[in-house]
Amino acid sequence: MILGLYNYWIVVVLMMIGFYIVIAHGNLIKKIIGLTIFQTSVFIFYISMAKVEGGTAPILAEGITQYSNPLPHVLILTAIVVGIATTALGLALAVRIKEAYGSIEEEEIQEKDNLDC
Amino acid sequence: MKDLFAVIMLAGIYSLLSASFFVAMDAVDVAFTEASVGAGISTLLMLVAITMTGRSEDPVRHKPILALVVVVITGSLLIYGTLDMPYFGSVDAPVHQHVAPQYINDSMQKVGMPNIVTSVLASYRGFDTFGEVVVIFTAGIGVLALLSVARRPGDIAEIDSLNKTMHEEFLILRIVAKMLIPFILLFALYVQFHGDFGPGGGFQAGVIFAAAIILYTMLFGMSTARRVINQSVIQLFAAIGVLVYGSVGVISLLEGKHFLDYSALSADPVAGQHIGILLIELGVGITVASVMIIIFFNFAGRENSQQSQENNES
Amino acid sequence: MDITSALFLLIGSFLCLSGGVGILRFPDFYTRMHAAGVTDTLATAMILIGLMLQSPDALVVIKLIIILLMTLFISPTASHALASAAIHNNLKPVLENKKDNE
Repeated sequence: MILGLYNYWIVVVLMMIGFYIVIAHGNLIKKIIGLTIFQTSVFIFYISMAKVEGGTAPILAEGITQYSNPLPHVLILTAIVVGIATTALGLALAVRIKEAYGSIEEEEIQEKDNLDC
Repeated sequence: MKDLFAVIMLAGIYSLLSASFFVAMDAVDVAFTEASVGAGISTLLMLVAITMTGRSEDPVRHKPILALVVVVITGSLLIYGTLDMPYFGSVDAPVHQHVAPQYINDSMQKVGMPNIVTSVLASYRGFDTFGEVVVIFTAGIGVLALLSVARRPGDIAEIDSLNKTMHEEFLILRIVAKMLIPFILLFALYVQFHGDFGPGGGFQAGVIFAAAIILYTMLFGMSTARRVINQSVIQLFAAIGVLVYGSVGVISLLEGKHFLDYSALSADPVAGQHIGILLIELGVGITVASVMIIIFFNFAGRENSQQSQENNES
Repeated sequence: MDITSALFLLIGSFLCLSGGVGILRFPDFYTRMHAAGVTDTLATAMILIGLMLQSPDALVVIKLIIILLMTLFISPTASHALASAAIHNNLKPVLENKKDNE
């Protein structure tokens, strides 16, 4: 029973690694990289759910009876592109924060904010 | 790890590995997109960002014990939650039951193209794809609003002279790039129009097209690239892509059918589906390519202006 | 047919492995890049030729030939770009320690 579920556990491990990077590191760029690791683990989750044993890629061809499920593929295609859009925006924000505060470490930014208040 | 450059390279390798994993899971369209987007554009944008924000990370000052505890608790709760899920690859999982067999069986008669993923993306779920194109467009506008720099004429002459002196150094790279870039652009067009029959479609094609332009920009300098690709024309193209997509939907409305109902586009419904899918994939490809080029130009332009500011001050 | 294709694939995998060992064990950046270049160019060529002999379909063979040509163009250029970037940033290669002449 346990061995049939190993793909979900791999996904959970990757997700937790990404989660840990986001909450435990102070550098903004590292947080963004942790976020992309998290996103990729979610993609692996969906795609591994779509796989049917003995099926092939969902492109209609002669002589193939069993196809893998195409619906999660479509959703993940959208998700990948939206993911890179948000990553680009996050990196642009990080660049502007660096110019405004002089550093991208979370603690130094908070200190500067507290000094200004 | 303190060196962000190494971390970004490892993240790129991770994306490439997950793309090969997707191929093993029979998800060829997704693997294509993940390889081009994740291992290509994403790594590139992060590298450009760390040239401006600093290459190494300060050492952590607090102990991450609380973070570790939270992560372990969340992880164990999630693993407990997956004990009910269907096994890997089982044929009678609920996800394969309701809508998916209908897509697989009816796609050939209703839409008439072999690639089921494209037919679901562009025809059955066309509205979601419209939202996705608008999201990409918004990201492009956001980067424009955050990072665009007004160019002064003095900068351009200075950068030009720098380019001439660097020509010797980059000679081999420039010649090989000049030979390869037409092929890359041709491949992008092939992927765009072949998306009906094999893996491909608008997104992958847009990203590959933008990658070719970015390669040209990296090797020949920003000022030459700006003369080749005019920034305002590219911004216009990004908007045109979204408008093409929206107008296909509005035309269907004007004919009296639902929004984005392609059977309104021609007498024969299957031919209407083909025309509709062609037009919206074109809109998607144009918008994605233009937005990626806009994002890269703004990042690189910001870095150029930072460098020239430092040169003027020192 | 199968035996020659298996031979090419085996040679290609061996070159890949030796390239990987080389990247880990060589002492200097430039020598490591030689190892990486071997992996990129020669090992890829061997594996692709082995795959070409495997497939019965002519279209697949032509596509593999085009991939091989592209790789032969691109990977030496990439190695050249890395090496010239390193020289430009003053990364000096480690030369043999000259023994004192007594």
